[in-house]
Amino acid sequence: MNNRAHNPLFHVSRRAALPWYRAWGIRAGALIIALLAGALITNLITGLNPLEVYATIWQGSFGSARRTWVLFQNIAMLLCVSLAITPAFRMRCWNLGGDGQMLIGCLATTACMILLGGKLPNWAVILCMLVSSVLAGAIWAAIPAIFKARWNTNETLFTLMMNYIATQLVAYYIIIWEVPKGAGKIGIINQSTQAGWLPQIGSYKYLLNILVVAVVCFLMYIYLNYSKHGYEIAVVGESERTARYVGIKVDRVIIRTMFLSGAVCGLAGMLLVGGTEHTLTTTITSGRGFTAVMVSWLAKFNPIWMVLTSFLLVFLERGAGQIATSFGLSASYADILTGMILFFIIGSEFFINYEIKFRHAAGKGE
Amino acid sequence: MFDFVSFIPRAVMQGIPLLFGSTGETLTEKSGNLNLGIPGIMYVGAISGVMGAFTYEQSVGAANVNGFLAVAIPLFCCLLGSFLMGLLYCFLTVSLRANQNVTGLALTTFGVGFGNFFGGSLIKLSGSDVPAIVLSATSSYFRRTLPISGSTGWFGKVFLSYGFLAYLAVVIALVAAYILKRTRVGLHLRAVGESPNTADAAGINVGRYKYAATCIGSMIAGLGGLYYIMDYTSGIWSSDAFGDRGWLAIALVIFTVWRPNVGVLASFLFGGLYILHMYIPSGMNLAVKELYKMLPYVVTIIVLVISSMRNKRENQPPASLGLPYFREER
Repeated sequence: MNNRAHNPLFHVSRRAALPWYRAWGIRAGALIIALLAGALITNLITGLNPLEVYATIWQGSFGSARRTWVLFQNIAMLLCVSLAITPAFRMRCWNLGGDGQMLIGCLATTACMILLGGKLPNWAVILCMLVSSVLAGAIWAAIPAIFKARWNTNETLFTLMMNYIATQLVAYYIIIWEVPKGAGKIGIINQSTQAGWLPQIGSYKYLLNILVVAVVCFLMYIYLNYSKHGYEIAVVGESERTARYVGIKVDRVIIRTMFLSGAVCGLAGMLLVGGTEHTLTTTITSGRGFTAVMVSWLAKFNPIWMVLTSFLLVFLERGAGQIATSFGLSASYADILTGMILFFIIGSEFFINYEIKFRHAAGKGE
Repeated sequence: MFDFVSFIPRAVMQGIPLLFGSTGETLTEKSGNLNLGIPGIMYVGAISGVMGAFTYEQSVGAANVNGFLAVAIPLFCCLLGSFLMGLLYCFLTVSLRANQNVTGLALTTFGVGFGNFFGGSLIKLSGSDVPAIVLSATSSYFRRTLPISGSTGWFGKVFLSYGFLAYLAVVIALVAAYILKRTRVGLHLRAVGESPNTADAAGINVGRYKYAATCIGSMIAGLGGLYYIMDYTSGIWSSDAFGDRGWLAIALVIFTVWRPNVGVLASFLFGGLYILHMYIPSGMNLAVKELYKMLPYVVTIIVLVISSMRNKRENQPPASLGLPYFREER
């Protein structure tokens, strides 16, 4: 009969929707706590005072015009991959293969640059690069999607494996195309002719990529929120059974969405190789396909917020890289700091979706 | 003639880290947690062991290292490090119900960064004057084999030439398989992974099982990292050397259709596939060797596809894999 003994100290329940400013307030709070914790750790390791830590992070991102451009270029690339995987994520289809899809896009671009460069007029080479990279990425994503739609094969694990197949395929072609023979790398492609290099806008090497990604971002926002396809994706994501009941062809939506997802990843690959890097390595994507998962999720799959979250991650990465360089520490310091901040933000989602009611508060209500 | 006597031991040594990783991940996944942080956890396990051994070797001098402590200290540090990573994952996904994919990937980013950072900066941070992290004294204890392995010819080479962690990996995998399949604890664990609602209704503490399975799984996976550093590379840390073995371990879980006992042989097979390119006749095109490295992943995809096509119930992933559990939702 003793109810008190069975009454737990606190009790968790789902919140009704929070107003957006409170939700983002909680996230901002988590970010500030995370930054403080990061500064504390940096202080313990390097002996730098926390204010200087922030100054160094700022320096690493905005210290010079060049650094600022690199920052925005990195944001653009990360944002592009994040935008690519978002439609699939909205459908609760966990496409972890962004890295592989981007890499295969890079490979297709490189193939066009090497095999067609100089043989076709430059605009035709670039057109081939665009078409082939988009198709390559799309097909790379469509393979898991077809199996997912037809036999419900686990897409998380399938796309994950496809990343490594792409990596090995790239490694294979790097050896075939290596310059000079035996070097094990391709070097800058078409250095003298610049065939297949995307045009520069004025003297700004990175501006074209940034503009293209801005357009993609806008289009993706419209597609997801104001088109029939976007609506179908949302319904399939919420409940596959409902979707089937109202007559949405679920398998077609899955394949179509993954196809789109891979296509945009392929585009990102082309921008990376054709626009800035002009070379191909197996690590050229630098894990952006995985970082993109976090960017997309942190922004609640909203393309506009994604600009902010990708900015945050790239800013931290470059800032922490700066700390590492100026103190002669390993560059992996950036990963530690990023990981820590992610933990805080991931944890903060709980306080947005759930509320904790303590015992005495619950008692008053009865 | 293909040289099996030298191929098999190398395949096994490649396979052991994968076996640790996949046994740990199988336990974790059986509780419904898809821990994509395994690659990070294996890095943390490795570097924690290295930090422990490095501090110990530096404090007493490499010449007068005590055998028992040289093994016990890295082992303890490794288990502690990977346990903390598992605990963090559980706290975020089970207690705070965060998305498992995102948490796992963040854990991998953090773990790989943690490993490479301390691997690269340990010497500078500890202020010692050695040029590189070389733990040959500690490693010699980890690599110690049975004294008869040298005198028994091919048999000794194939079966007895490994350090104790290799045998431990096999034992852990077999014990894990037994527990999952034949004991009540295993039954409860599988119930939690298949249908946490049902398990909860039957009076099983879902949260506790998820925590226990994931933390123990992380510790087992962490040992894989330790084995790699202490035995396979003879105690030499180099940045990113561990590579993508963590992801391969996750692939192995699918390949074995969530059965650790199958994992024993499967991991050796994967290890073999991983190094097969070194054994194909030299003089062949170097580029083709890169294609050989694709094999483990292709094989995994084939298994994944076939098992989903045949749709046999015992070969499916745990039904609630990747989903957070909250009692008040259905």
